[in-house]
Amino acid sequence: MAIQVLLVEDSPGDVRLTQEAFRDANRSIHLHVAGDGVEAMAFLRREGAYRDAPRPDLILLDLNLPKMDGRQVLAHIKEDGNLKTIPTVILTTSDAEVDIVKSYQLQANCYLTKPVQLDAFESLVKSINDFWLTKVKLPQQESSG
Amino acid sequence: MPLQVLLIEDSPGDVRLTREAFHEVNPLIHLHMANDGVEAMAFLTNEGEYANAPRPDLILLDLNLPKMDGREVLAHIKEHASLRTIPTVILTSSEAEADVIKSYQLQANCYLSKPMHFEAFHKLVKSIDDFWFTRVKLPQAGKPVITGHELKL
Repeated sequence: MAIQVLLVEDSPGDVRLTQEAFRDANRSIHLHVAGDGVEAMAFLRREGAYRDAPRPDLILLDLNLPKMDGRQVLAHIKEDGNLKTIPTVILTTSDAEVDIVKSYQLQANCYLTKPVQLDAFESLVKSINDFWLTKVKLPQQESSG
Repeated sequence: MPLQVLLIEDSPGDVRLTREAFHEVNPLIHLHMANDGVEAMAFLTNEGEYANAPRPDLILLDLNLPKMDGREVLAHIKEHASLRTIPTVILTSSEAEADVIKSYQLQANCYLSKPMHFEAFHKLVKSIDDFWFTRVKLPQAGKPVITGHELKL
């Protein structure tokens, strides 16, 4: 069964690198992309063009996004009784302590910084795949609470 | 600087295996133990004999515990303004979907089920160490950089 991952990222270059790295790491991942926070929420709530969007098994969320900021997206996800059980991994270039603490306060499942070097980025994607998609038990059904 | 890990686990056998596995994988880890939920909360809130307990960088929490259940401990941690930022990993023998969902609803950072075999368990401990201590950015322990009123959205 395909694993559904939603990448919320506005930089086309980063989207492309992430797509390529996941393709190398795990072929059964279906990577969906939302370019801003509003689009991400529409995807998750299956609104408009996203009526048939699958529920992601994992969300990779950048913090600095147009229209709706990643912190706001994270807050919306973790306040939603149904969406809150989807593990949400912050993947950002910021390593500011205030962003790290704020993300954990908003109940991000973990916080990762994007390395600048390509091989380090590929290795990070591999480790996201190894940990979250092979070790961790993900919830299998929609949460009703 | 040593990494402080709090293991909340009532089975002496599992405590020993976890201690040995972490010791082998990363000698910088200082593993603290709490054998039940009440002791865990005392450790985390620096009560009584735990007045000088360090703030853990990571919590490993079993679900089925005497005195106070792991789900209750998790709920307390994630409702607490200061403790909620500590990544809390569920490490349990339960694979029941109800436990998995409930844990994520209570905002566990991730859910891992304990393998039966030592070798697989050792591998899991290694991957916890690799991911949480070399990849993840953890909040700086004990540095209250955010004031109370900023906690609200």
